[in-house]
Amino acid sequence: MTVPLLAVTGLCTHFHTRAGVVKAVDGVSFTLEPGQVLGLVGESGSGKTVTGFSLLGLVEPPGRIVAGSVRLRGQELVGLPTPALRAVRGRQIAMVFQDPMMTLNPVLTVGRQMGLALRAHERVSRAAARARCVEALTRVGIPDAGARLDAYPHQFSGGMRQRVAIATALLHRPAIIVADEPTTALDVSIQAQILHEMRALTRDSGTAMVWISHDLATVSSVADRLLVMYAGRLVEEGPTAQVLRTPRHPYSRGLLDSLPAAATPGDDLRQIPGSTPSLLALPPGCPFAPRCARTSDRCATPPPWVVDGDRAHRCHHPLETPP
Amino acid sequence: MTGFAIQRLLQAIAVMLVMSAIVFLGVYAIGDPMELLIPPEAPQDIRREIVARFGLDRPLWVQYLTFLGNVVQGDFGRSFIYNMPVLDLILGRLPATLELTLAAVLGATLIGVPLGIYAGYRPDRAGARIVMALSILGFSVPTFWVGLILILTFAVSLGWLPAGGRGATVELLGTQWSFLTANGLSHLLLPALNLALFKLAMMIRLARAGTREIMLTDTVQFARAAGLAETTILRHHVLKLIAIPIVTVFGLELGSTLAFAVVTETIFSWPGLGKLIIDSITNLDRPVMVAYLILVALLFVTINLVVDILYAALDPRVRRGRTA
Ligand SMILES: Nc1ncnc2c1ncn2[C@@H]1O[C@H](COP(=O)(O)OP(=O)(O)OP(=O)(O)O)[C@@H](O)[C@H]1O
Ligand SMILES: [Mg+2]
Repeated sequence: MTVPLLAVTGLCTHFHTRAGVVKAVDGVSFTLEPGQVLGLVGESGSGKTVTGFSLLGLVEPPGRIVAGSVRLRGQELVGLPTPALRAVRGRQIAMVFQDPMMTLNPVLTVGRQMGLALRAHERVSRAAARARCVEALTRVGIPDAGARLDAYPHQFSGGMRQRVAIATALLHRPAIIVADEPTTALDVSIQAQILHEMRALTRDSGTAMVWISHDLATVSSVADRLLVMYAGRLVEEGPTAQVLRTPRHPYSRGLLDSLPAAATPGDDLRQIPGSTPSLLALPPGCPFAPRCARTSDRCATPPPWVVDGDRAHRCHHPLETPP
Repeated sequence: MTGFAIQRLLQAIAVMLVMSAIVFLGVYAIGDPMELLIPPEAPQDIRREIVARFGLDRPLWVQYLTFLGNVVQGDFGRSFIYNMPVLDLILGRLPATLELTLAAVLGATLIGVPLGIYAGYRPDRAGARIVMALSILGFSVPTFWVGLILILTFAVSLGWLPAGGRGATVELLGTQWSFLTANGLSHLLLPALNLALFKLAMMIRLARAGTREIMLTDTVQFARAAGLAETTILRHHVLKLIAIPIVTVFGLELGSTLAFAVVTETIFSWPGLGKLIIDSITNLDRPVMVAYLILVALLFVTINLVVDILYAALDPRVRRGRTA
């Protein structure tokens, strides 16, 4: 069997805070193939962003990757010294964040910021750098990119700003893009555009993506496979269409039911009762049990990760596949 | 931008007018310099003649308008004590204070900002704690006390540096400067250090607070995700972002030190403006006081104007807000 582009196994990223150890990511495993789009979905605080940061070795103290491995084409990234990690960031694995207003530096021109990102990995002349930035901006659909290079982030609209961030991430044509809710801060109409364009860009270049979102509807329109995350762990995995049609984990079901499309018009949206548990005091068994309708005594013990062909789930009482 | 500049200029002129009136009134309320200048046993006619020569017999508002008219032509009047044009007197003393102030404020900024960035970047390191302890010390120890300790240590005990005066000077642009000679520099070092300590502490605080805040933002995380080295992030992203408060404080410190380096100048017998103003207050030398205070006001107004314009240069968002 060939080596996957990215193989994550048993990844554990914990924060050692004064109040105790926050197990933000606790035993996450998945693989990513070239050109594939993985959707990582879960409620706020489930550990999606920390997972994304862990892939790039960007977890800051008090956080630390305490166990597990992240292999890029077979090369172990966990424990790699910072200079070697830096060579990977932006060039092999790039990341786009949620709010472009926060990610772009307000006091530097767009061209300057992109130039810094370009020069992080390549020695290029000023003119060549400009040409590369113009090309990257044009590729993400920014009109008149040459003139826009000298503009500041506040002179762009929200959608254009996110396109600048995406262009920056695409500068070195990375093999993988981690997209952490890149459309959440945008208008709905712009969301769809950006979603569509990013999908097209990555498909053309064979770039793989980890698309992080708390919104199942968004993810399912881009992702080939879905990873459902709850309280730092994966609870379900499978091809997007299958997970949407026949979710196995009650939490996935709950996420689906809370989508507007799932509700009969006029009815209230069905919310999952309760809220995300504190990662400081997780119950010993299934962390979803307190919010689950299907719970039994068995749920006091940790459910195993059950792999079934192309799909997997972590539940004592999985939902049956309808006939 | 031009509209903004004109508007600010008109504001500045208004401020200067109000300031000059307040200063004029205030100083004339302090006391009558004639009591000090004219011996009590002088005959009435001589007394009257002197009073008339200085124009002190006319109503206050006439005196003020005359003064204002003269000032516009660059004439601040003559010192009662030195019997020379006040402007020449002040300009003669200005270079000494200017070089002392610049040495102190520039030194404090050039040393304090990198130290503060370091302390904000790695707040848990022992080095950062030492830097912070230093800044607390700089804040809490009074300037005159540090000055005396500096003299005791480096001038008296060790004998490395002179205790006072400007030392050898060199002429440049028509005035004398100490910082261009080795001897002058050795004289400049202690008073500049004395003045710089408080500012150093402040610059460290400012840079540290700004850096700590910015290091936690997505801007830094995004730059890291793009593979930028930490030093590049600090130099290009962080420094540019913390520049605004630093420029503000730099300007204000420059102004206030130019105007009020009195304590240090006195301790180190530095023949600058501070010494002049103290003397003029004890002698009730009104023209010097008035001119000095008005020039100080002018200095602050100018610095504020420059800082405002620098803001616009540093922060593109301000530029838009002002021109829109
Ligand atoms: N610096 C930190 N110190 C302590 N705990 C942290 C830190 N950063 C993250 N966490 C914890 O890690 C958990 C996961 O956070 P993460 O940001 O990955 O959630 P998320 O799934 O991305 O949520 P969202 O949808 O809100 O972005 C949270 O419970 C959070 O409290
Ligand atoms: Mg997040």
